[in-house]
Amino acid sequence: MEKFVNHTGTAVPLRASNVDTDQIIPAEYLKRITRHGFEDGLFSAWRKDENFVLNQPQFKNGTVLVAGPDFGTGSSREHAVWALMDYGFKVVISSRFADIFRGNSGKQGLLTAVVDQDFVDQLWKEIENHPETEVTVDLESRTITAGSLEAKFEVDDYVRWRLMEGLDDVGLTLQHVSEIGSFEAKRPTFKPVTA
Amino acid sequence: MGRTLAQKVWDDHIVRSKAGEPDLLFIDLHLVHEVTSPQAFDGLREAGRKVRRTDLTLATEDHNVPTIDIDKPIADPISRVQVDALRKNCEEFGVPIYSLGNQEQGIVHVVGPQLGLTQPGMTVVCGDSHTSTHGAFGALAFGIGTSEVEHVLATQTLPLKPFKTMAITVNGKLPEGVTAKDLILTIIAKIGTGGGQGYVLEYRGEAIRNLSMEARMTICNMSIEAGARAGMIAPDETTFAYLEGRERAPKGADWDAAVSYWRTLPTDSDATFDREVIIEASELSPFVTWGTNPGQGVPLNSTVPTPDNFSDPVEKLACEKALSYMGLTAGQKIKDIKIDTVFLGSCTNGRIEDLRAAADIIKGKKVANGVRMMVVPGSVRVRLAAMSEGLDKVFLEAGAEWREAGCSMCLGMNPDKLTPGERSASTSNRNFEGRQGPGGRTHLVSPQVAAATAIRGTLSSPADLVNAG
Repeated sequence: MEKFVNHTGTAVPLRASNVDTDQIIPAEYLKRITRHGFEDGLFSAWRKDENFVLNQPQFKNGTVLVAGPDFGTGSSREHAVWALMDYGFKVVISSRFADIFRGNSGKQGLLTAVVDQDFVDQLWKEIENHPETEVTVDLESRTITAGSLEAKFEVDDYVRWRLMEGLDDVGLTLQHVSEIGSFEAKRPTFKPVTA
Repeated sequence: MGRTLAQKVWDDHIVRSKAGEPDLLFIDLHLVHEVTSPQAFDGLREAGRKVRRTDLTLATEDHNVPTIDIDKPIADPISRVQVDALRKNCEEFGVPIYSLGNQEQGIVHVVGPQLGLTQPGMTVVCGDSHTSTHGAFGALAFGIGTSEVEHVLATQTLPLKPFKTMAITVNGKLPEGVTAKDLILTIIAKIGTGGGQGYVLEYRGEAIRNLSMEARMTICNMSIEAGARAGMIAPDETTFAYLEGRERAPKGADWDAAVSYWRTLPTDSDATFDREVIIEASELSPFVTWGTNPGQGVPLNSTVPTPDNFSDPVEKLACEKALSYMGLTAGQKIKDIKIDTVFLGSCTNGRIEDLRAAADIIKGKKVANGVRMMVVPGSVRVRLAAMSEGLDKVFLEAGAEWREAGCSMCLGMNPDKLTPGERSASTSNRNFEGRQGPGGRTHLVSPQVAAATAIRGTLSSPADLVNAG
């Protein structure tokens, strides 16, 4: 995973709540067995509408997605995170994220920054009026700045550390393999096995 | 101080706990399917890692598989490649698999419980958000993403931050004709699709205690639609009776040891929850969704809401968008909504009790002209059990389609899909835009409402059939 310390880019206002992972990437695209190349599936149903925000030229190159509450609900598909990242997004800002989506983002290096809905409303107005506004998301100081707007965002301490160091979870856990072995040795015999 | 069910299961699985770090939890059962696993197996291969505990891992094919002509190769080449990849990965890494055509094949969340693999006090994960289903047994069960699938394959553990706990107490008895599906849809509408974020839900109270195991699975299955990764119900005599004698349930002395452990799991009387919600069962009635998320539901005997019902601007906008997508008019009667397709199946409502309940209603009647009804058992075993009871004939004689086991029309990944604008009454779990096929319109319903709707052609309850004579 690449280290994430800070990011500056233009933003995309997505005025919708409950953006579920079926909208982020429909099931049809989940049949692929690769981990990359999902950018064509991102919001593919909504992108058929020429007025959809990603089809507006001023928002085409945005790297910070600013969404309504409960972003990433529904299916556990990590393809939603891959699609956002393959398209070029580095950060999603919302007042509430679904748990599984947020966990998946942290594993892949997509930052999910939580701010209150008032700040989301201000950001929406700012970037709709001035699409060229650069938004800076600084993980070290947990701060978002956009023009004259500024706010602190919430992020889990441990996830922040892992993102800033670019660490892979499996490698971290395998440092404790002897503790896993000790736990296994003490498991009750009545626990089931699959084969 | 006392502990909750969720806290006890958590504590009993801590491999390592250190301040400032997530706890490392041991995983008792890892279920795998074709959609969310190929990239995880690739990750293992790239790093030269093995599956640590193949004996705690089980794969089945469900999301992609067709529900007719299963003796022929899968027609969609991309689906076929994905299913083949699962078979090859399982062979290479030594993971047991139930493939299409095997008597144990079926939807991953139907297979685990029916084998007796899902037991109280376990940690269960799967790369599928409806893993919450297994919480019906008092297991801590939750969906994970592909990176976490890889992590569990490699280490049989997951690093996790403790959840908060929420008690959902359902007092009293459910009225006649009100089902587990109506109850969970009511709960989701009450707490909202984000209400459970960060929480494990524990369903409690008289109405929950009176539910069968299959009905409890329906409840826990949809915890994720309220935003909660997991939902749990304390194990009791109903749980033990369901498990005893199942293939993978403990036997002999192990059974006795297991039951005495399971009896220690229910939440202590002096334990506290971070949040409590109370529902009076007697106030409930058949409940259906009108919108494009599972929280947008109303009683069947009411009307489609208007955007003015919502004071929050975000919800008002969501209502406007949903009405437009669903092709509905604010204020119209729910029971006037005409349905094209009825889908009975899924990990929410594809078990034998669901098929029996629908068959009871449909027996001797006909599916309405112009309506298609698909009946898709959740597993091969459910299918065979239904056929031994003659339920297949009941559905076929009514004019419904009787299919093979799989996820089918729940998610639009296999040939069973809605066409643009087509409207379904579906016993599945998600009414998102395009969920059952691009442009499709979904109303979530119970198996009983599905059956009555198939007969009348409009959203209906079984009581409407009686009233109509």
